[in-house]
Amino acid sequence: MPASRHFCQKVPQATPVAVFKLSNDFKEDPNPMKVNLGVGAYRTDEGQPWVLPVVKKVEKLIVADNRLNHEYLPILGLPEFRSSASKIALGEDSPAIQENRVGAVQCLGGTGALKMGAEFLRRWYNGNDNMKTPVYVSAPTWENHNSVFANAGFEDVRPYKYWDAEKRGLDLAGFLGDLETAPKHSIFVLHACAHNPTGTDPTHMEWTQVAEVMKRRKLFVFFDSAYQGFASGCLDKDAWAVRYFVTQGFEMFCAQSFSKNFGLYNERVGNLTIVARDADNVRRVLSQMEKIVRVTWSNPPSQGARLVAITLNTAELFAEWKDNVKTMADRVLLMRASLQAKLQALGTPGTWDHITQQIGMFSFTGLNPKQVEYMIKERSIYLMASGRINMCGLTTKNIDYVAKSIHETVVNVQ
Amino acid sequence: MYLLLLFVSPPPICCSSWWGGVQMGPPDPILGVSEAFKRDTSPKKMNLGVGAYRDDHGKPFVLDCVRKAEALISSKQLDKEYLAIGGLGDFTKSCALLALGADSEVLKSGRNITVQTISGTGSLCIGANFLSRFHSASRDVYLPKPSWGNHTPIFRDAGMQLKAYRYYDPSTCGFDFNGALDDISKMPEKSVIMLHACAHNPTGVDPKPEQWKEIADLVKKRDLLVFFDMAYQGFASGDIDRDAWAVRHFIEQGHNIVLSQSFAKNMGLYGERVGGFTVVCNDAEEVKRVESQLKILIRPIYSNPPMNGARIAATILNTPDLYKIWLGEVHGMANRIIKMREQLAANLKSEGSTHNWQHVIDQIGMFCFTGLKPEQVERLTKEFSVYMTKDGRISMAGVTSGNVGYLAHGIHAVTK
Repeated sequence: MPASRHFCQKVPQATPVAVFKLSNDFKEDPNPMKVNLGVGAYRTDEGQPWVLPVVKKVEKLIVADNRLNHEYLPILGLPEFRSSASKIALGEDSPAIQENRVGAVQCLGGTGALKMGAEFLRRWYNGNDNMKTPVYVSAPTWENHNSVFANAGFEDVRPYKYWDAEKRGLDLAGFLGDLETAPKHSIFVLHACAHNPTGTDPTHMEWTQVAEVMKRRKLFVFFDSAYQGFASGCLDKDAWAVRYFVTQGFEMFCAQSFSKNFGLYNERVGNLTIVARDADNVRRVLSQMEKIVRVTWSNPPSQGARLVAITLNTAELFAEWKDNVKTMADRVLLMRASLQAKLQALGTPGTWDHITQQIGMFSFTGLNPKQVEYMIKERSIYLMASGRINMCGLTTKNIDYVAKSIHETVVNVQ
Repeated sequence: MYLLLLFVSPPPICCSSWWGGVQMGPPDPILGVSEAFKRDTSPKKMNLGVGAYRDDHGKPFVLDCVRKAEALISSKQLDKEYLAIGGLGDFTKSCALLALGADSEVLKSGRNITVQTISGTGSLCIGANFLSRFHSASRDVYLPKPSWGNHTPIFRDAGMQLKAYRYYDPSTCGFDFNGALDDISKMPEKSVIMLHACAHNPTGVDPKPEQWKEIADLVKKRDLLVFFDMAYQGFASGDIDRDAWAVRHFIEQGHNIVLSQSFAKNMGLYGERVGGFTVVCNDAEEVKRVESQLKILIRPIYSNPPMNGARIAATILNTPDLYKIWLGEVHGMANRIIKMREQLAANLKSEGSTHNWQHVIDQIGMFCFTGLKPEQVERLTKEFSVYMTKDGRISMAGVTSGNVGYLAHGIHAVTK
């Protein structure tokens, strides 16, 4: 037997990630009426991916610019990207930026930013070894949150109450209750806006209550901001929670993704914004971030960051981008309004206001697993077992079919 | 309510920080050199730190095949949808083909899994973590002494134990073949042995084919798990097949290796982060299981890899005209470095140095292990603004016909 033949013999088959399996099943479905309400990527009213016009423009600029090359970026990434990305999250006039206590690490998408933040926290947060420090993620949350923190070495990743299935809204009392009883110094992953998967965000008032408890109980704030601009169509509105926490004096992390709001999914453009007490703390934190980056990817990819930096730092392009973002957000809002109206017109049992009250790409329909299975098997409409739908999968051409199917499902399947 | 909040004075800033206990990290030994170089104002300064190729004017070199590939890609107006976790299929297939060769039995039987990674570092990170998770038989990774500085923290961070085997002989500035064999013969079974496929970093010292054969035999006898790091295919000899010879030989001999590849240097795609990680499995069934676990590893790090660089590399590898141009350009880069080696050795002689500088010519690839001691390196940096790593490693790619004389002068000054 040749050497090392047995190395992989014991490697077990892993279960596939649900959201990708759903896409696969959709692809293989021969039904011409099929609709994919699964993966979280924007689609036009023709059901097509959309490369933002401003992105096409800037790409041409980059390809044509012979002064640009493919040299390594610094470990922490492209400086112009990092600072402009943080400005987007915190606001141009952020006191934290003016006081020089904001740092950033360019990362591979929102996932990469969460990963860097998690790895740093595990090493440096509360003492030198945080494997037992509890990390709280919302119930439910983006399924990869659990894996990111678990793989970074956190042994205790727990849910905090968030979604109230009965009233189809935020379980504020439960949320605040978990904040009150969490061990001191616990880390909380908060969705900055457009909560994934429920689409349900706290109101401003509710955020202030969350902040009050977190400050009093010394809990760590880790924002996940994957949809800024995409939720309401307005960048500043969508950043309200993040900026409010800054005014309240929190030191915090904010993982930003430019996958959705720039449509740059596959270029992996993300930023970990760090708000600290002062510049000296930022300096030391960044020096340790470098060590973690170095053993993971050495330095981040340049294309996407370049594109975003040029856009954010050029007035006309920035304006065009904001416009493109509004286009996407507006279409989602239109689909929400449409779906809700149609379900109401059909007299579908139950209340459907949550469809228009929820915000962002996703809606937690409230369909149960049996109903979801029916939708997939009988109607070729693909959605997550949780009942989550991607509003972007809806178009003016398929919305009638989807509305009728939901109606039929709710009536026939309990 | 919102307006009211704006006028409430901010709460007193608490004096303590979460990060009070965070120490200042030391600068990266390799990348830190570039940062120091940037701060230097001397007009004669030379950056011989990072292994990034420079043309004979000391400028970064964007390959023509890369520019052509970019134009082609731009004209296709592709979308930006997420890649699969394992990356771009066109890229991973051609990446494996490049390393293993068209005749590869492994490719024909489909018993390799190759995933796209974030260049070489990302590949090593995935590999180290994969071994840590699934190679329960041993925690030990043997690196050649010396090895690329970043190998150690990558494996350590993945939970592996670092050990070393003799490799570089300072007395000859060459390969310590007997020392290596001796150390390998004592490695416990199932240990992981890291081998640099070609153009060893930092020494530039590679085993000869006959020596590789003996190493392969001994490694098989010891039942070791082979981890090849191939970051310079094409860059060493100028010939991609020659540079992949060791990798292919080991596979032919029955080693189920794991392999990291980088396209940073040989395609000049440094900042695009293009790499691959390959596991050679027993059969196609094993491939499925291993692939599923690699995806589980990748997803919580960055979900899926970046498109741009992989698309460029795939276009070059899969378009015959561009592939031809690429082979020529890689050959050109390797040749310029060989020429610089010759010129450096010649210049040192004409400076009057009495030391033996043959190793400068014998060593291969981007780096030269000069043999300079740390104090000499420090002087070279302080007095001549020549930047290199403390171990005496210089990147020949940073040497030009315009500055090779100055470099020889400096080296002679600190070694006479």
